[in-house]
Amino acid sequence: MSVIVELDAVRRTFPGPPAVEAVRDATLTVEEGDYVAVVGPSGSGKSTLLSIVGCLDRPTGGRYELTGIDVGELSDGELAALRGRRVGFVFQAFHLLQHRSALENVEIGLLYNQTPRRERRAMAEAALERVGLGHRIEFPPRHLSGGEQQRVAIARAIAPRPSLLLCDEPTGNLDSKTSEAILGLFDELQADGLTLMVVTHDPAVSRHARRTVEIVDGVMAEAS
Amino acid sequence: MTLWRGRNRSVGRSRLSWRDLTSEAVAGLLARPSRTALTILGTVLGITALVATLGIARTAGSQIVGQFDALQATSVTVENRTEGFFGGGPQVSHIPWDAEARLVRLNGVVAAGTITRVDTQGELVRSVPINDPLGQSEFAIDVYAASPGLFDAIDATLSAGRFFDAGHDARRDPVAVVGPAAARRLNITRVDQQPAIFVGDTTLVVVGILTDVRREPVLLDAIVVPNGTARRLFGLQAPTKVAIRTELGAARLIGEQAPVALEPNDPATLRVIVPPEPRAVQEAVESDVNTLFLVLGAVALLVGAIGIANVTLVSVLERVGEIGLRRAVGAARRHIAAQFLAESAAMGLIGGIIGASAGVLVVVGVSAAQQWTPVLDLRVPVAAPIAGAVIGLVAGLYPSWRAASLEPVDALRGGT
Ligand SMILES: Nc1ncnc2c1ncn2[C@@H]1O[C@H](COP(=O)(O)OP(=O)(O)OP(=O)(O)O)[C@@H](O)[C@H]1O
Ligand SMILES: [Mg+2]
Repeated sequence: MSVIVELDAVRRTFPGPPAVEAVRDATLTVEEGDYVAVVGPSGSGKSTLLSIVGCLDRPTGGRYELTGIDVGELSDGELAALRGRRVGFVFQAFHLLQHRSALENVEIGLLYNQTPRRERRAMAEAALERVGLGHRIEFPPRHLSGGEQQRVAIARAIAPRPSLLLCDEPTGNLDSKTSEAILGLFDELQADGLTLMVVTHDPAVSRHARRTVEIVDGVMAEAS
Repeated sequence: MTLWRGRNRSVGRSRLSWRDLTSEAVAGLLARPSRTALTILGTVLGITALVATLGIARTAGSQIVGQFDALQATSVTVENRTEGFFGGGPQVSHIPWDAEARLVRLNGVVAAGTITRVDTQGELVRSVPINDPLGQSEFAIDVYAASPGLFDAIDATLSAGRFFDAGHDARRDPVAVVGPAAARRLNITRVDQQPAIFVGDTTLVVVGILTDVRREPVLLDAIVVPNGTARRLFGLQAPTKVAIRTELGAARLIGEQAPVALEPNDPATLRVIVPPEPRAVQEAVESDVNTLFLVLGAVALLVGAIGIANVTLVSVLERVGEIGLRRAVGAARRHIAAQFLAESAAMGLIGGIIGASAGVLVVVGVSAAQQWTPVLDLRVPVAAPIAGAVIGLVAGLYPSWRAASLEPVDALRGGT
């Protein structure tokens, strides 16, 4: 099993005033195929941690390697390239482009990472198929239910076949039944070999996860 | 079986092809079609104003130059310098009787001929020897003496008969060619029966009737006799004016050579009238028309550019979430900047294309209404869309810089 995420005493301090230590000395190893739930009270630093893991943000201290690459040495542009190929994101707000079809939204996930143009459509269709939306590919987001929109967002995240899927409150906007279906989908993706890290308030999510990490006031502890 | 990419240390770069950039920009613009259309309108107005102004100025300029071209660009006239309104009394003319022969020898002269007003001591002209008791039969009609080449030199055409020739001139025959207005007054419509006219007591046989004399309109209502005839019958002393028709482009050169050919000893005594330089006329007209409207067009364009900048900035603020999402899926800052620059440049380009088309239509419409031939420098309609695109690009600089400098985390937090 190869290591996907290797956090070593990672800190993220927002220079104030007042300065906020959103993440303090986080140390965590996530192996390929892991399913990690990140829980904790509001404002504890979960989203900040996820941003660092997803290379959207840089740690202000410590060392972080994603798939063996030390992100501290990378330029802005290289971080973007790394995100585009290795990381898929799913957010609480779906971030779908309202004027584009489901298929086009998924293709955006393949736009910047050197996927040849002619392969994008097939890959996007396969991803939509995988999340159970093969029959909705031409629909604009406004004609889709909340659960379906989140599936489109998941398809967009997994279309480039990333090493890691990061989800921030993926079920936050969904009712419990729809949430359960999304969590079922995550289980399937994990069974396919995908590595997942999911930030959540929802106890149901941590029941599906293999590991649960709790953050309180920026300090991380793994529940067993 | 694993779908997911394994470990790989090479990071590489994100990229976005021109084709993908274009389709993303078009999709971005089509997402808000009416806003895009309204934004483009300002550029359309500005470019239309500029293209129409340049076209109409050029058309009007060419129109005037066209008139010069047809007649005056090949017309050279030589007169005595001292002759004029206040010249009274007998004068010595410096133009010789053989002026025509001297001038046609010059390279570039198509035809030349003298034309001289004949003093008939106020004698009236009539076409019948006896007074007609029923109406006016005597008229004050000017008599001109000419060398045979004059008719060719002034583009004269005949409705009946013929011009007099060198033989008539040498034999000093009492023949005349009459202008159309004079012929009407004298009631002469045909010449096959050799109608006679009388200038006082002098009898002249009409051999031809003119239809048009484009370069010497005075001949429309005049009687023209050969120089030799005028010397014998009216005591003409010397020719006073020479009309020359030159080859195209030779007018200025002939204007310099003609006085020397006519009066080698003292060419300065002769005054030469040559056509104005066509380019000078055209430029004068164009600059008059241009200045005001070019300023108006530039102002409209500036307003259009500010419109594009404003709308693009609003669009950036509205699409913060989209920007964050694109950054998350691998877009570098330059790709975000390129997207908004492409959208603003596309708006400018489309405005330029529509404006150039509308401007050309305005030029054609105005020309049709004025019965002008529309003339437009082809570089204008080609440059207009490029100018529009450049304006759009410049207008998009600040908004796209704003978009590119957003931090991905902040952008994702900001929008939906
Ligand atoms: N850009 C920033 N500048 C300053 N402080 C920030 C910034 N981003 C986050 N913080 C602070 O860092 C702390 C952690 O924020 P974070 O968004 O990670 O919390 P969270 O655990 O995701 O909370 P929630 O469950 O409500 O989403 C908060 O106190 C927040 O105010
Ligand atoms: Mg959060």
